[in-house]
Amino acid sequence: MFDITALELSKAIKNKKYSVTEVTEAYIEKIRGNNNKYNTFITISADRALRQAEAVQKRIDSGENISALAGVPVSLKDNISTLDIETTCASKMLKGYVPVYNATAADRLEQAGMIVLGKMNMDEFAMGGSSETGALGTVKNPWDINRVAGGSSGGSAAGVAAGEIPLSLGSDTGGSIRQPCSFCSVTGIKPTYGAVSRYGLIAYASSLDQIGPIGKNADDCAALLSVISGKDGMDGTCTLEKPFDFKSETQTQKGIRIGIPRNYFNKELDDDVGNAVINAAKELEKTGAELEEFDMPLMDYAVEAYYIIACAEASSNLSRYDGIKYGYRSQKAQTLPEVYRFSRSEGFGLEVKRRIMLGSFVLSSGYYDAFYKKALHARSLIKNAYDSLFGRYDIILSPVAPTTAYKIGENISDPLKMYMGDIYTVSVNLAGLPAISLPCGFDRNKMPVGFQLIGAAFSENTLINAARIYQLNTEWHKNKFNTKQVYKKCGNR
Amino acid sequence: MLIDEKLIAYLEDLSYLYLTDNEKIRIAGDMEKILEGMARLSELGTDDIPVKPQCINELRKDTVTPSFDRNLILRNAPEKNNEMFISPKVQE
Repeated sequence: MFDITALELSKAIKNKKYSVTEVTEAYIEKIRGNNNKYNTFITISADRALRQAEAVQKRIDSGENISALAGVPVSLKDNISTLDIETTCASKMLKGYVPVYNATAADRLEQAGMIVLGKMNMDEFAMGGSSETGALGTVKNPWDINRVAGGSSGGSAAGVAAGEIPLSLGSDTGGSIRQPCSFCSVTGIKPTYGAVSRYGLIAYASSLDQIGPIGKNADDCAALLSVISGKDGMDGTCTLEKPFDFKSETQTQKGIRIGIPRNYFNKELDDDVGNAVINAAKELEKTGAELEEFDMPLMDYAVEAYYIIACAEASSNLSRYDGIKYGYRSQKAQTLPEVYRFSRSEGFGLEVKRRIMLGSFVLSSGYYDAFYKKALHARSLIKNAYDSLFGRYDIILSPVAPTTAYKIGENISDPLKMYMGDIYTVSVNLAGLPAISLPCGFDRNKMPVGFQLIGAAFSENTLINAARIYQLNTEWHKNKFNTKQVYKKCGNR
Repeated sequence: MLIDEKLIAYLEDLSYLYLTDNEKIRIAGDMEKILEGMARLSELGTDDIPVKPQCINELRKDTVTPSFDRNLILRNAPEKNNEMFISPKVQE
C-alpha cells in the first residue's frame, strides 16, 4: 500500500482491499519503525487516528460516498491548528499548546474522511528555508540525511518523500511548500491567495501565507486541494466561491503558451538545476505547448520587498505571544512588562527574533517610508508585471531554488545567503498567484531537482493539467530515495 | 547604515524582547547586511505607483454565535484560576 498513490489507496479501501484501520495501523507502524530517522513528525496522534479510522470505515460501509480521498492518512504542518492535538509551530513558545478548535483546512480533511496521523516538523513559526530553525531539531532529507529537507514545510515534504505519509498539508509564505518539495522530489501546490481558508493557520505574514497540499504527484495534490479549498466565513480573504473541481482529462498542451524568464538562468543558478529545468520545459513543448523566453528584471528586487513585508507582518502577528493567555511564560518575570519581555526572549529562537527586530525596524518612525512603503510599491510593480505577463502567457515556468538541497549547517549562519535562496519563489506570494512544484531530475550528487509552473490568479486548473501531462510523460516523480531501479529507468541526465 | 547599540536597544523595546549580548552582536551584524540589500529598493522609481490592495476582505454578517467555553480557553494559560488569567499586578 505504500507504493500506490493516495487516490489509488482510497479506491483500494472502497473496494475492500484494505480497511481504513489496516491502512492507519500500517502507516503508524511505518512512522514508528523509522524511529524519527528524518525528524519529520513532531506529534503522532495514533489513538485519535485509530478512532477516526473506525468512524470513517462505518461511513464507507454504510454506502456513503465521502470523498475521493476517504480513508487516506494525512498529516499537517505544525502551524495548522488541530483540535486537541498539540500545535507547536516548532517553537518553545508553543510547546504544550493544545488548540481548542480546528483550522478550517483541518476540519475539511476530517469531513472528507481523511485520517489525521499527526503534525510535521518545520522551521520555527515557518521562518526559514531549511527546517533547521525549529526547536525540535533539523528535518533530514531522505535522499541524503546529511542534507536539509528544505523549508519551512520540510517535515511535510520529507515525510511524503520517505513514504511515512501519502499526503500532507504545508504552508507557503515565500516558497515554503515549493522549495522543500523540490529538495525532496515530491509535488506541492501553493494555491492562489484566497483559495484556501487561513482560519487556524498560525500567522506568520498574513498577506502572503497560504495552506497547500504536498503529495506524490499532481493528481493527489489536486484531490487534496479540492478538499481544502473554497469559501469560509471564518476568513474574509478566502474568496474562492466553490472548491476547485479538477476534472480535465486532456492529454495535450496544444495552444498553451509557456513563458520562461531568461534572466532566472544566470550565474547564481546551479548548472545541473538549470539544465534539468530546461529539459522539463522541452518535455512540455513535446506535448504541444509553445515556449517563449522573456526578461523579468523586477526579480532582482523581489527578495528585498518580500523580506520587508514578511518581517513587518511577522513583528505585528507575533506580538500576540505575551506569556499570559497561552504559550511559554518565563519564571524570571516580576512585573507585567517583564512577563511579556522575558517570555518572548526565552520562548523565541534566534531567527524569529531577527525577523521581529527587522519588522520593528522597517515599521518604525523614520524608516517606514524608505523601507516598508517602498516595499509595498515594489509589490505593486511586481503584481503589475505579472498581470501583463499573463496577457501573453498561460503559464510561467521557472526553477524553484538556485541549488539542490545543501548540507545541514552549511547556510544557517548566513541569513542573507539563506534569504537569497528564495529568489525564484517569493514574487509568486507577493502577487498572490498559484504555483506548482514538480520533480524534474537529479544533480551530480544524485539530489533531486524541481521546477515550478506559475499561473494567473485562480488558474490552478491550467497548472494542474500541465503538471499531470508532464507527469504522464516522465517518471521523475516516481523515483524513491531507496529504490535505484526506477531511478535508472528515468536515466541520469 | 550603522546598526549601533542605541538602535538595537530601541528595537528591543519596540519588539518587547531582551536580547543576550551574543544575540545583539549577531543580529546587529546580520541586520547591517540585510538592510544594505533592502536599501536597493530605492533604485526603483515607484513613487507614482499606487499601492494595490493586498487582498479582498469580505466581511461576514455580524451575527451572534456561541463563543468558546471559558474553561476551554483557559486550558492553555500558563497561570489561571477558575475563571481568569493570572498575571502580575498591572498597577502598584
